[in-house]
Amino acid sequence: MKPDSFTQRVVPVLTILILIVAVWYVAAYLMNAPFQRDLDRRGNVTSTAMEFISKTMAQPKPVLPAPHQVAQNLFENTFLRRVTSNRSLVYHAWVTLSSTVAGFTMGTLLGILIAVGIVHVKALDRSLMPWIIASQTIPILAIAPMVIVVLAAVNITGLLPKALISTYLSFFPVAVGMVKGLRSPELIQLDLMRTYNASAAQTFWKLRVPASIPFLFTSMKVAIAASLVGAIVGELPTGAVAGIGSKLLAGAYYSQTIDIWAALIAGSVLAALLVTIVGIVARIVDRSMGGRPA
Amino acid sequence: MRRLKRNWQPLLASTLTAISAAWLPLTQPGAPVPIQGMTIALLLLAAALNVILTLEDRGHAIRAGVLFIGAHIPAGMLLSGLDGNEGQMSASFFLMITASWLLAWGTVSELAQIEPRSSAARSFLRLLIPAIFGVWILILWEAVTRGAGIPFILLPPPSAIGARIAGSIATLWADVQQTIFKAVLFGYVVGCASGFAVAILADRFAFLRRGLIPIGNMVSALPIIGVAPIMVMWFGFDWQSKAAVVIIMTFFPMLVNTVAGLATAGTMERDLMRSYASDYWQTLIKLRLPAAMPFIFNALKINSTLALIGAIVAEFFGTPIVGMGFRISTEIGRMNVDMVWAEIAVAALIGSVFYGVVALVERATTFWHPSNRGG
Repeated sequence: MKPDSFTQRVVPVLTILILIVAVWYVAAYLMNAPFQRDLDRRGNVTSTAMEFISKTMAQPKPVLPAPHQVAQNLFENTFLRRVTSNRSLVYHAWVTLSSTVAGFTMGTLLGILIAVGIVHVKALDRSLMPWIIASQTIPILAIAPMVIVVLAAVNITGLLPKALISTYLSFFPVAVGMVKGLRSPELIQLDLMRTYNASAAQTFWKLRVPASIPFLFTSMKVAIAASLVGAIVGELPTGAVAGIGSKLLAGAYYSQTIDIWAALIAGSVLAALLVTIVGIVARIVDRSMGGRPA
Repeated sequence: MRRLKRNWQPLLASTLTAISAAWLPLTQPGAPVPIQGMTIALLLLAAALNVILTLEDRGHAIRAGVLFIGAHIPAGMLLSGLDGNEGQMSASFFLMITASWLLAWGTVSELAQIEPRSSAARSFLRLLIPAIFGVWILILWEAVTRGAGIPFILLPPPSAIGARIAGSIATLWADVQQTIFKAVLFGYVVGCASGFAVAILADRFAFLRRGLIPIGNMVSALPIIGVAPIMVMWFGFDWQSKAAVVIIMTFFPMLVNTVAGLATAGTMERDLMRSYASDYWQTLIKLRLPAAMPFIFNALKINSTLALIGAIVAEFFGTPIVGMGFRISTEIGRMNVDMVWAEIAVAALIGSVFYGVVALVERATTFWHPSNRGG
C-alpha cells in the first residue's frame, strides 16, 4: 500500500459515508417530526427539544427509521435469533442466496453455450444476436410474478421458478461478454494457430477459451448482481413465505419500515459479498493462468 | 461431403416429410375436422425440395428464395389446418412442422452467406434474418401450444394474445399512459439529468469524485428495486412514487458512466486545449463532453430498460387501479393469462422502441466516433 493511498482513497469515501449518515439522521427527524408532534398534542405531553428529537428516533413504525434503529434490528435478527427461526435474516438471506446461486449457475452455463454457438455458427450469429439484445429491452422482471404463479399452477414450486428468473437475467451479460471474449484473439494469433495446423477444437480450447476468461469474469460480476435482483423480485408473489423479497413485501403490508430497511441492507450486504467472491475467484484464476498484475 | 454439408437441412427435411407421409393423417383419429388439403402441403414441400436439389450450385440468393417459399407455404397450410383440431394433432403434424422449420433454417444460413455490396441491401438483410427467426419462434409456439393442446393458463398461443391486444386497446392505452408517460418518462429524465449534474460536480471536485465513485460502483450492484415499497409509503400510490423509484434506479448508472466518460479525453487533446488558454468549462464543453458521449449514451441505454422495470415492479406494491404493473398482478390473480401476455408484449414493444430511439439519437450525435463510422 502506498503511503498516500489512505488519504487518497479511504478518507473521501469515509467522509461521504459520514455525510450520508448525517443527512439520514436529519431526514429521519424531519420526516418523523409531524407524526410525533401530532402524538404529543393528543397525549398532552410537552417535551424539551432534546426529548422530542430522541422520540422521533425511537418510533416503532417511523416514516424513515434512524440508522441506529435499522442497525439494531439488523443485529437482533442476524445474531440473536436461531438461524432456523423464520424471523432470522440469516434464514431469509439463505433462501434468497440458494435460488440466486442456482439461477446464476444455470444462466452462466446457458450464456456460455449461446456464445459458443454464436461464435461458431454464422446463421446463429445473424439471427440470434439481435433477439438476445431485444430480449433485454423487455422488462423481464415484470413477467416474474406470472412465471411463478403459472409454474405453481402446474405444481412446480420452491426453488426452481425463482432460479429460472435469475437465469433469464444472468444469461445475457454472460452471453454478450463471452461472444466478445471468444472473438478477442487477434487475426495474427488465429493465423499462428493455422500455421500449427490446429483443428477448430484445438483453436477453441487453446486460444479462444483462455482469451475469453477475463471477459467471462467481468460479465459474471454483473450477472450475479442481476440474478440476486431476479431472486428477490421472484419472491414477491410467493405469498410472502421466505426470502429477502418476501420480507420486503411483508414489511410493506404491515408498515414495518424498520424491517424493510433491515431487509434492504441485508440484500445489499449479500450483493456486495457475492460480487466480492466472484472478484476473488477471478483473481485466483487469473493468477493460476499466469496473469501478471498490470 | 461439401454438398452434404451445404444441403443437410433440406435433406433432413425431406426425410422427415417422407416419414410423416407414411404416418398420415395429420390428425389423431376422431378429430373433429379431418384435414383434406394437407396432402397438397405435403406435395408442395416435396416439390420445393426437388427444385432445390436440382438448383444445387446456384447462388445463395436463389437458394434462399426457394427455401423460403418451401418453408413458409407448408407452414401456413399446417397452421390453418389447426382450426378446430386443438390438441388433436398426430406425430405426423409435428414432423411436418419440424421439416418446414429446417427449411427455414436453411433459408437463414443461405441468407447469412450473402455479402451484398450496397448498404441498403445489407441493412435489409440485417433486418430480414432476425425477422425470419422471430416469425419462426411464433410459428413453433403456435403449432406446439395448439397442436399439442397445452393448457391455456400455462402458455396461450400467440394468436390468442394478438386477439386480446386488438380487443382491449383502450385498457392497454390507459395503462401505458399511467406507467410510461407519467412515471417512466418523468423519472428517466430527472434521474439521468441529476446523475449527469452530480457527475459534473464530481469531476470538478476531485475529493467528491474519490468519495462518490467507489460508493456509486457498489450501489449499482445492489438490488435497488427493493426501495420500491419505501417509496410507495412516502409518495403515495400514484405515479409519483414510481417516478421516485425510477429516479433512484437511473441515477447511479448515469453518474458512474459519465465520470468514466469524462476521463477518456487524451492528454494530447487536453494539452492542446491548455495551449489555447481555454478554461475548465471551455475544455469540458468542447473536448471532454463530446469524448464522453459514447459512455453517456451507454448509460442512457441501460437506463431505458431499468426505468421500465422500476416503474412496473414498483406498481406491484400498490397503485391506483390503472397501470401496467397493476394490470399484470391483478390479471394473473384472475388467471387471465392472455391479458398478462398482451401487457408484456406491449411492454416489450415500448422497451424496444425506447432503446431504439436512444440508439438512433446516439447515431445522429456521435456519428464521428470510430465505433459508428463503420467500415
